Amino acid sequence: MQTMIEVQGLTKVFTLHNQGGIKLPVFDGIDFIAKQGECTVLFGESGSGKSTLLRSLYANYLPTSGSIAVRHRGEMTAITGAASQTLLEIRRETIGYVSQFLRVIPRVATLDVVAQPLRERGVNVATAHAKAAELLEQLHIPERLWSLPPGTFSGGEQQRVNIARGFIVDYPILLLDEPTASLDQRNAAVVVDLIRQARNRGTAVVGIFHDAEVRDAVADQIFHVNPARKADGLHTNEGVSA
Amino acid sequence: MNREPILQVDNLTKLYAAGKGCEEVSFDLYPGEVLGIVGESGSGKSTLLSCLSARLAPDQGDIHYLTRAAEWVNLYGLSESRQRQLQRTEWGIVHQHPRDGLRMGVSAGANIGERLMATGQRHYGNLRDTAQSWMSDVELDIARIDDKPTTYSGGMQQRLQIARNLVTHPRLVFMDEPTGGLDVSVQARLLDLLRQLVTEMNLAVVIVTHDLAVARLLAQRLIVMRHGRVVETGLTDQVLDDPQHAYTQLLVSSVLTS
Repeated sequence: MQTMIEVQGLTKVFTLHNQGGIKLPVFDGIDFIAKQGECTVLFGESGSGKSTLLRSLYANYLPTSGSIAVRHRGEMTAITGAASQTLLEIRRETIGYVSQFLRVIPRVATLDVVAQPLRERGVNVATAHAKAAELLEQLHIPERLWSLPPGTFSGGEQQRVNIARGFIVDYPILLLDEPTASLDQRNAAVVVDLIRQARNRGTAVVGIFHDAEVRDAVADQIFHVNPARKADGLHTNEGVSA
Repeated sequence: MNREPILQVDNLTKLYAAGKGCEEVSFDLYPGEVLGIVGESGSGKSTLLSCLSARLAPDQGDIHYLTRAAEWVNLYGLSESRQRQLQRTEWGIVHQHPRDGLRMGVSAGANIGERLMATGQRHYGNLRDTAQSWMSDVELDIARIDDKPTTYSGGMQQRLQIARNLVTHPRLVFMDEPTGGLDVSVQARLLDLLRQLVTEMNLAVVIVTHDLAVARLLAQRLIVMRHGRVVETGLTDQVLDDPQHAYTQLLVSSVLTS
């Protein structure tokens, strides 16, 4: 199977300039590879830097040193140090990311929120809406909610809207940050199905799953994220790295 | 994909005094892209925007723009009449104060129709239909199409100004705090409208704002300015979630959350 993500010597240190420039090391010298059609689970204690690593793969966080490359349009392409244009193109075509929180423009209908990644790829409204409807149905969001903005939905409903939005495009790489955290068993099972389907299509999935049952159901490999050695008695805490 | 930029800014400087204005600013802007410029008051954001939109000649540096006719022009190498023509036909300029961007003496409908007429449309019925459709897009009561903007509230004037600017389907839009004085409900509707237009019309937008939430929802890329200089630049979510510069960290950590 082809390598889709290659991480080499990745190190992240947060520098807080307004707190006397203290440095919070998160992880140090991480190497790993994620392959096509495999689900890699990031595993480690709270504060070990799992989320920071996942966010770095999406170029949401800037690594302090080391490199990340992803297969984009068939070629391994560096994310670290890449131009904004390249990163935006990689996000549009290659990497999908399901964060823990839904962040959208208020007053936009749920169906449009979910369809948006397809619309941005130039897919017409009808097709994008049809695909969005299909996913929302699968994830048990009642049809009467589709025309409403998700802002007032429950946490679990918002998370499912976020998942639908992440799965609407068949990205070659999919990053999942605790996608089942606030879901009941029935919906967690749907997400497990969606992950397996994506994997079978050849998607490289990298995710954080606290639920052991979900983790066992999807993991092909488990990558242990070890926190950097605590320097000068400073702790890497979840408040900073999450 | 849009590999060719629509605007290239190279080493732009316009100083009123040391640290007042903007200094050595460079960036490229692509079609379909929203670039946010953030920073505190007096950081040079508005000066930069005025230079970019051919309203204030810089002391140094160049701005190149790719016209609808696919020709690169040096903005300050053009005659004033050619600059004004670009402003009227290819660009939109949304001012912070709607009074600066509207004709206060003519009706709302005429404010929108006038821009269309500048691009050669003459049919009265069509002009009126288009004006009505834009008024409803920005949630203005179409029954008030014949009223003058002087009778509108500040928020309504701002929406009218945006309609007036977008009606001619510009390629490049400059916005100075466009949602500043608006109710949050109207602000959300406008953000959604702007984002749709960017996607559908492949619009390029430079938006100056001090509202980081607006920047996050609208802009793909951010430029952070302080004392006239660019201190940080990058993907919007990266700059806001993992700011590198001390000033950006202060800016991000100072936001009130509701």
